[in-house]
Amino acid sequence: MKIEINTHEKNMIRFAEKHPEVLVLSGDLGSSCEVKKFRAVYPDRYLTMGIAEQNMCSWAAGLAREGYRPFLHTFSVFLYRRILDQLEMSVAYPNLPVVFVGFVPGITTPGGVTHQSINDVGVLRTVPNMAVFDIGDATEIEGVLDLAYEYNGPVFIRMLRKEVPRLFPADEPMQFNRARLLREGSDVLILSSSICTEEALRATAALERHGVSVQHMHVSTLKPFTDPTITEALKKCKYGVITIENHYITGGLGSAVAEVMAENGIGKQLIRIGLPGYTHGASKMYLMKKYEIDAMHLVHGVEALTGRSLGIEEEELEKENFVDFLEV
Amino acid sequence: MPEEKYTMEETRRIAASIRKQILGIALRSGGCYLAQACSSAEIIAALYTRILNLGPSAGLWDAIPFPGVPGPDNMDYPRGSAYHGLPAPDKDRFFVSCCHYASVIYCALAATGRISPQALEKFNVDGWNMEMIGAEHSPGFENTAGSLGLTVSIAAGTAHARKRKGDTGLVYCLMGDGELQEGQTWECVQAAGYYKLDNFILVIDANGQQVEGAIENQMVEEPLEERFRSFGAACVTCDGHDIAAVEQACRTEHPGKPLAVICRTKGYTGIPLLEKKWPYLHFVRISPEEKEDYQRFYDQMEGGEL
Repeated sequence: MKIEINTHEKNMIRFAEKHPEVLVLSGDLGSSCEVKKFRAVYPDRYLTMGIAEQNMCSWAAGLAREGYRPFLHTFSVFLYRRILDQLEMSVAYPNLPVVFVGFVPGITTPGGVTHQSINDVGVLRTVPNMAVFDIGDATEIEGVLDLAYEYNGPVFIRMLRKEVPRLFPADEPMQFNRARLLREGSDVLILSSSICTEEALRATAALERHGVSVQHMHVSTLKPFTDPTITEALKKCKYGVITIENHYITGGLGSAVAEVMAENGIGKQLIRIGLPGYTHGASKMYLMKKYEIDAMHLVHGVEALTGRSLGIEEEELEKENFVDFLEV
Repeated sequence: MPEEKYTMEETRRIAASIRKQILGIALRSGGCYLAQACSSAEIIAALYTRILNLGPSAGLWDAIPFPGVPGPDNMDYPRGSAYHGLPAPDKDRFFVSCCHYASVIYCALAATGRISPQALEKFNVDGWNMEMIGAEHSPGFENTAGSLGLTVSIAAGTAHARKRKGDTGLVYCLMGDGELQEGQTWECVQAAGYYKLDNFILVIDANGQQVEGAIENQMVEEPLEERFRSFGAACVTCDGHDIAAVEQACRTEHPGKPLAVICRTKGYTGIPLLEKKWPYLHFVRISPEEKEDYQRFYDQMEGGEL
């Protein structure tokens, strides 16, 4: 598995080169959101909005009304929890093409509860007109800005930064409202998002070796949530479904899947793996294990669903080899 | 600056007719944002007839049924901003942040020939676009302004965009003084100061009242002029019932800075009967017992049909 560094930093510059109406707005965290270099390259297109997110959001609406394409950069928490009224009434209601690039989603920050956006997907799934993307790897970082640009309306991105694995081929960019099929199987369906997809990839090969036929799909479009390939996979799996996400158990991927299952009369068991509530400040891996959104707990979920004890140990999951997909 | 189409006397008469129209609505429906009409009639009449440089209305002449909320499949709905003319680099833009002034805006549009006077009959009628609190589709509204503090920033963002594009037209934003308690207002003023938005003018109807009473009994706001200056804006104060003074204040030179024009007003100007309700004038209800007095006053007011 190749680890890519500062992919958004390069991509934002490349993207802005193609679209002169693109502006970066920063809530004083630009250097923590990989747009420091953008500021050096395009000083005139980098707007410092200070530590004042409410004004930044409505101000962006004014810029968008005049034909600019604002990309707001700060931590995810400050782009929905703090400014929901501005996001809804200034941007979402008039369906303006404003892009919220929200960094350190879920427990990907040691910053503690004030910095951890554990319910952004849940909140934003209730906002009409808005699309929500949850990034899982470097290839998706490279593709998401184009999708956001093409979307007719506001977009929220749960963005990853710094060292991010390249889990998917660089020449197979992320698609709008289409899950990425990572493994085909018939016993259990695993739907994963964000950093949990890497965890799920650690588990699925081992599960297969131990005789469980797994279908694994990575989901990066969380709103809209109308992907027919997901509905088909939900119908197909024999024992049931497990969702695993870097988000509060309520309102995110698991809830979206539950809605689809209920509406389609798919009467199977669903296990939702996600954060149980507010979290605290510590390292990513520590928090993933503590709050049980890691590969081992996914295996436990599969055991519960199939009623089989698989005897998979932590070491087997940790030595999992990943394909080295290189940048193209 | 608009072509001098209105004499001072005509502007004064438009202000009087706005006041009378809103009192008429209040009498018919039992209540209205009447005090806001009283405090802002001269400001809004001055803006539409003497201050704003707007093109001819591109809005529909008659009221229309509510054209639906914006969305991916509904972006071509008739815009409220069309009543201020088509956007052009040299034309001004006018944002109304105090959206409960909607009835006053509708009356001003009718009085200046931008919408049919008959459209006012659809004011606050279920299913029509002339809502009591306006949104993007409501005549005279650029945006959805019901949550205070947001529109000021949207207007400033628009001014910023226009400055980047080299437009010569100005961006005006009308707001109330209660809205100055919102933190976002000051986030906006400091940013407008930072970006030197000398094409951005805040016009404040400082009527000194808010829902729960007189502003001074709710929150510290004064000294307003110093407050604006310390956040990076130029600021002037005028008598908001003096049309010439409002116009002159809006023309104040403010190089390299946004301008805040504080228009000191009273919510009972022109309808002295309201004074005894002061400061509880946010939404004026006229009780059956009061109706006769108000009706008698209405009948002798100047400024009849539009």
